[in-house]
Amino acid sequence: MTTPGAGDALYDNEDWAATRAAPEVDAEAAPVVDVAAIDPNLADPDAVAEVVAPSREIETAVGEPLLRTAGLTVKFGGLTALDDVSFEIRRGEILGLIGPNGAGKTTCFNAITGVYRASSGIVYFDGAPLTKTKRNAITRLGIARTFQNIRLFGEMTALENVVVGTDARHKTSVPGAVFRTPRHRREERDAIERGMALLEFVGIAPRAVEKAHNLSYGDQRRLEIARALATEPKLLCLDEPAAGFNPSEKSALMDLIRKIRDDGFTVLLIEHDMRLVMGVTDRIVVLEFGRKIADDVPAAIRENSAVVAAYLGVPDEEGYDDGATSG
Amino acid sequence: MTLTNAPATPGRPRAGVGDAIRTWWDGLARPMQWLVGVPAIIALALLPVFPPPFVDTPFLSFGGVMAQFAMYALIAVGLNVVVGSAGLLDLGYVGFYAVGAYTVGLLTSPNSPWNQTDGGWLNPDWAWLACLPLAVAVTAVSGLILGTPTLRLRGDYLAIVTLGFGEIVRLLADNLTEVTNGSLGLSQIAYPHVGESESIPQGVFSAGNVDPPLNSGVWWYWLGMFLVIVVLLIVGNLERSRVGRAWVAIREDEDAAEIMGVPTFNFKLWAFMIGAAIGGMSGALYAGQVQFINPTGFNIINSMLFLCAVVIGGQGNKLGVIVGAFIIVYLPARLTGIEVGGQSLGDFKYLFFGLTLVILMIFRPQGLFPARQKLLTYGRQVYQAVRRPNPSPVASLAPPPADAPK
Repeated sequence: MTTPGAGDALYDNEDWAATRAAPEVDAEAAPVVDVAAIDPNLADPDAVAEVVAPSREIETAVGEPLLRTAGLTVKFGGLTALDDVSFEIRRGEILGLIGPNGAGKTTCFNAITGVYRASSGIVYFDGAPLTKTKRNAITRLGIARTFQNIRLFGEMTALENVVVGTDARHKTSVPGAVFRTPRHRREERDAIERGMALLEFVGIAPRAVEKAHNLSYGDQRRLEIARALATEPKLLCLDEPAAGFNPSEKSALMDLIRKIRDDGFTVLLIEHDMRLVMGVTDRIVVLEFGRKIADDVPAAIRENSAVVAAYLGVPDEEGYDDGATSG
Repeated sequence: MTLTNAPATPGRPRAGVGDAIRTWWDGLARPMQWLVGVPAIIALALLPVFPPPFVDTPFLSFGGVMAQFAMYALIAVGLNVVVGSAGLLDLGYVGFYAVGAYTVGLLTSPNSPWNQTDGGWLNPDWAWLACLPLAVAVTAVSGLILGTPTLRLRGDYLAIVTLGFGEIVRLLADNLTEVTNGSLGLSQIAYPHVGESESIPQGVFSAGNVDPPLNSGVWWYWLGMFLVIVVLLIVGNLERSRVGRAWVAIREDEDAAEIMGVPTFNFKLWAFMIGAAIGGMSGALYAGQVQFINPTGFNIINSMLFLCAVVIGGQGNKLGVIVGAFIIVYLPARLTGIEVGGQSLGDFKYLFFGLTLVILMIFRPQGLFPARQKLLTYGRQVYQAVRRPNPSPVASLAPPPADAPK
């Protein structure tokens, strides 16, 4: 079947777009939301951070382990993607999870958020094991995540995407919505207020009514973070949030991650970019071939020989010797 | 045939007639919307009373055609919840229509062993009215029974199972002869006994009321329109709530929705039940209007016709699918009796709608009136804050280049 717009590939060429589509783009100028007209408070960053901050009871004290994996093992047939991995995330910190490609970082993520079932081992979250909890229930317990390849609801606007996140904390179902109960109306108002505040927090509030798939790549990444934050998580898991970013965007993202932590969230960060990881995390766990090889503060990880070997490879002793003797 | 939400060409919004109407409508203030909307609905209601010459159907009662349109409109709105909003391809929707019709038939027809109208707990005068909510409830339960095991399936597999369900219902009606009277069908089904007078001894809703302009078809059309409006209000409320957002999120990316805390299975089941209940309501209307049902009226080809109405109208747009239903019902009726080569043009409807679907899939896969659903109860204040200024202020207001790498 011809996909709609298969022929548009021709016009995706920038030169073509410049010559042909320019007037059309002007006419269809992206709708911009006048943020101040919705809620004047959104101009004040402190007020925004106040609305965004989680207002939930968390059992764990600051600095105590919020999430703990004990001997987490995930097997796909004969392949052991994750082998006996144990680490903990302390409340209020930014934990980096790094490792070479295929080390099992995303598998670890998926095992924590319930996408994969662990073959053995247990994940404890806020004091309770997450063995048979459904995926949507895990989110409501307080683990939110973003995806390595962006998975937004493309046909929904940015604001609606975020509101789906806030709905995780709402309880209105079909009867409440049909009869527009007071609780439904209260939740809907809260959804708009929190949703706009979250978009402002990540910096894309003016694009609130734009369809998600029309947003630029960077804005989509930000929207994913906003949607995850909207579920009021205790732990926010970011899966390679800087993939495809240029250096200035990366530094803006680092600021955003710090801002999120300062607002009271705990963050688990998977990232390839060493500069970003070293710059923003409090502690780093390193995986290689599904095993944990290091768990320390960034400065110590930098000096750790096992980590350096994992990333740069070990010098081939024999080959090196051969070269030396013959030369 | 790919029916799953083919996205509109991204980045290049096309402004069509539907967009122009919507923009105009959204721009009106609330009281103005009432001032325009109410007369429009009244005009629509009076259409079969004063049929314009070209619009009238020459060989069929225009009132009857409009009554059928109202039923199909109900079906389209119900199927749109399942297919358009939640993205669950249901090819056996006619099954729910049949369950609704047979609920009324079995409880009120003298051919049925379960007839309750002669000495049972149903008074013949209000039997149909009492059966309407019953039919809705029974179909909702049938949706629950079908949905609980099957909604774990996705995409094509779900479509195949629902296709089977539609056939199962028809075959049951055909073969349970002791109960459903088999292919002979159930006759003399109850209808609302209203407006009985000397000239119309059986009331205005009786099939015997054939005198224009206010024949039984017109009365059923008005009743159907009333139900369509009620259902539209309910479905609209659902759309602009957590429920509607959950449905669209499931349609867009079911796994991502689940991970964002949407209990996807529950909401899919709700969509299925609500869709089924609306289909059952339409079936009850059909049983009452025709006063006779038999299994051939619930062939699987009808399911395709219902789906055709939704796809032509524009999946997800509840007013668009009503237009789709109108096209599906009206065009064959209008062309009936116009003969080409000894065949009435109306008989070619499956050929024409098949062609239409193919052409539509190639040139406009989103349907005639694709609309983005509004999913927020208080979204109006946000949409009112939208400014569509000329390009220069946009550039200055747009986020700094760091946010927009493209």
